[in-house]
Amino acid sequence: MTPVAVRLAGWGFRHATRRAWAVRDVDLTVAPGERVLLTGASGAGKSTLLRALAGLLDPEAGDPTGELTVDGAVPDRRRQRVGMVFQDPDSQLVMTRAGDDVAFGLENTGTPPALIWPAVDAALDAVGFDLGRDRATAALSGGQKQRLVLAGALASRPGLLLLDEPTAQLDPDGAAQVRTAVLRAVDARDATLVVVDHDVESWLPLVDRVVELLPGGGTVEHGRDWRPAPPRLPVRQQHSPGEQLLAAEAAGYTHRGSDSPGLLPTDVVLRAGRTLAVTGPNGTGKSTLALLLAGLRAPTTGRVTAGAALTAGLRRPERPPHRWRAGELVQRIGTVFQQPEHQFLTGRVRDELALGAGDTARAGELMERLGLAALAEANPFTLSGGQQRRLSVATALATDPRVLVLDEPTFGQDRETWAELVALLAEQQDGDRALCLVTHDAGVVTALADDVLALGSTVPA
Amino acid sequence: MSLPLALGPARPVPLSAVNPVAQLTAIVVVTAVLLVSGDLVTSAVLVAAELALLPAAGLTRPGDVLRRTWPLLVSALGVAWVNVAFGSLSGAEAWASGATWALRVVALSLPGILLVASTDPVRLADALTLHWRVSTRFAYGALAAMRLVPLLAAEFETIRLARRARGVDAGADPVAHARLLVSTSFALLVGAIRRGTRLATAMDARGFDSGTARTNARGSQLRPLDAAFVVGAVLVCVAAVTTSVLTGQWDPALG
Repeated sequence: MTPVAVRLAGWGFRHATRRAWAVRDVDLTVAPGERVLLTGASGAGKSTLLRALAGLLDPEAGDPTGELTVDGAVPDRRRQRVGMVFQDPDSQLVMTRAGDDVAFGLENTGTPPALIWPAVDAALDAVGFDLGRDRATAALSGGQKQRLVLAGALASRPGLLLLDEPTAQLDPDGAAQVRTAVLRAVDARDATLVVVDHDVESWLPLVDRVVELLPGGGTVEHGRDWRPAPPRLPVRQQHSPGEQLLAAEAAGYTHRGSDSPGLLPTDVVLRAGRTLAVTGPNGTGKSTLALLLAGLRAPTTGRVTAGAALTAGLRRPERPPHRWRAGELVQRIGTVFQQPEHQFLTGRVRDELALGAGDTARAGELMERLGLAALAEANPFTLSGGQQRRLSVATALATDPRVLVLDEPTFGQDRETWAELVALLAEQQDGDRALCLVTHDAGVVTALADDVLALGSTVPA
Repeated sequence: MSLPLALGPARPVPLSAVNPVAQLTAIVVVTAVLLVSGDLVTSAVLVAAELALLPAAGLTRPGDVLRRTWPLLVSALGVAWVNVAFGSLSGAEAWASGATWALRVVALSLPGILLVASTDPVRLADALTLHWRVSTRFAYGALAAMRLVPLLAAEFETIRLARRARGVDAGADPVAHARLLVSTSFALLVGAIRRGTRLATAMDARGFDSGTARTNARGSQLRPLDAAFVVGAVLVCVAAVTTSVLTGQWDPALG
């Protein structure tokens, strides 16, 4: 297939339910075979633009303006020339077998069955997927799944390949696999490539230029030599290790019905004034360790114990944290989950904070400090990703717990939100509090951690 | 979090060689006979034939059989108990009526269990769309949605833990438990709808249901074996009814 050209002139789009433009004043020409990285802050309209290119914007969903063509025609008429990959591999796979899933798109376009399997094999080869057509899709890692999704998009040999944050939900290893596969797939320049991503550094070696969408409309172009400004790192105070708050003693966890442990027996001590980062590849049980320390799961071997400073005032101080009542737990250990919306319980930001704080004064103070005051009446589920994350940290802080456990706090965030979150977490580091950060993000470790626990890769994923 | 349920490709067993639509046809025949004839002998002959097919469906170990059939056995016993306890008959007659009903429930349900145990969901969707012209939108849409079920189970557990982390648990109060279950389920539903929407967009992007006639890479063939299977099912039904008439048990529900 031949690569296609993309042209936007004064293009913009406004969702039917919103007053503000999601994206506007975009002038952009992408030559056939060119590779462009599209970046910009959250909410600048990157995903909207990409969906428009794929012909996936429902005309009923809002008003477009200006001109947008793919290969000289409206995208709707070029849908068969376009392949697209989204963020979450689990909401893109359809079939139970790897080969069937790649064939799915070809079947939809009415490809004769005799031509399908050679095309499937070629696409699997192009992304370096060598586990065979019959492999169950449910048994794949995130990186493998996303490569399979990419193969599905490539199978019909599109002239334009669109990738919407394809690595945002993967660990560094899986993300690298996907980028390698993309490079391999577009190496011959027989497809034009437009990637949307926050992670500029990782994509720079693969693209010809970077186009930044500005939140107020318009674009800025950067060449290959461009480097985004390094994030501002917070200035933080070092605290000497204080009293022991929580300890895991050979604590391990095996999922029910599984033979191999999800977390090998692990020793951890959390002390007041210190921040511990837990790192390691996927499948080593980092998140499981966070759940054990947070008193949300009972270890299947070993134990988790709380220090005297943490058990003071408990009805049954001799019990381990996972047997505390929820009301007692939340006063002592705050937990922030990877997906903020799982933790929201009310319909207003104000109520969400008052629920933990107990008094509205502290809720107000927290909203003020975390920049959520303007959103006090908003529904937590309607906030942007970055705002939701700030709110979930705020809810954990509302009860002023001595221990704060955070699972991937910076996952999939843009640069600005990243810097905000790191600064916010640095503010929480004081002489009395212990933080435990589970993270893949080397930048977070550098910025915040006093101690690092690297879980090994000896457990099969 | 929790381990995904096994919803992958089904491993092939001897019965998998029979096309799913042939199996469904046989099920329709057996069901029709059982709806008309509710006597003990008809049901017993059919159950015997169905049990004989268990090994062909890969259900040879008693543990496997029990795991697949326990809800069926429980409901069969329930039906029998209701008949004995609340029926108009009494004594030995009541017990006989209960046993007849229980056996009928087993005879009606076992074919479904055989189908599920021997059929890969993708092959079922292929067969339904190719031979019975079931809408591809429905068949493959259902297939894609089914993939999300294990994810939902994992998500339910995460939401429950996230709520405990926010200081919400029910303790020993059953009413609080019920309310918590409702609100957790609602959160799960919201998440499921979002995920479903994302999946639909991704399928759209791959040209699903775009108006082009869809082809099928795997195909689904009807062989002589499939005809033989349906004929076999009909013969077993004839044998069952004949035995019933000859033994004087025949008591059709219609007529």
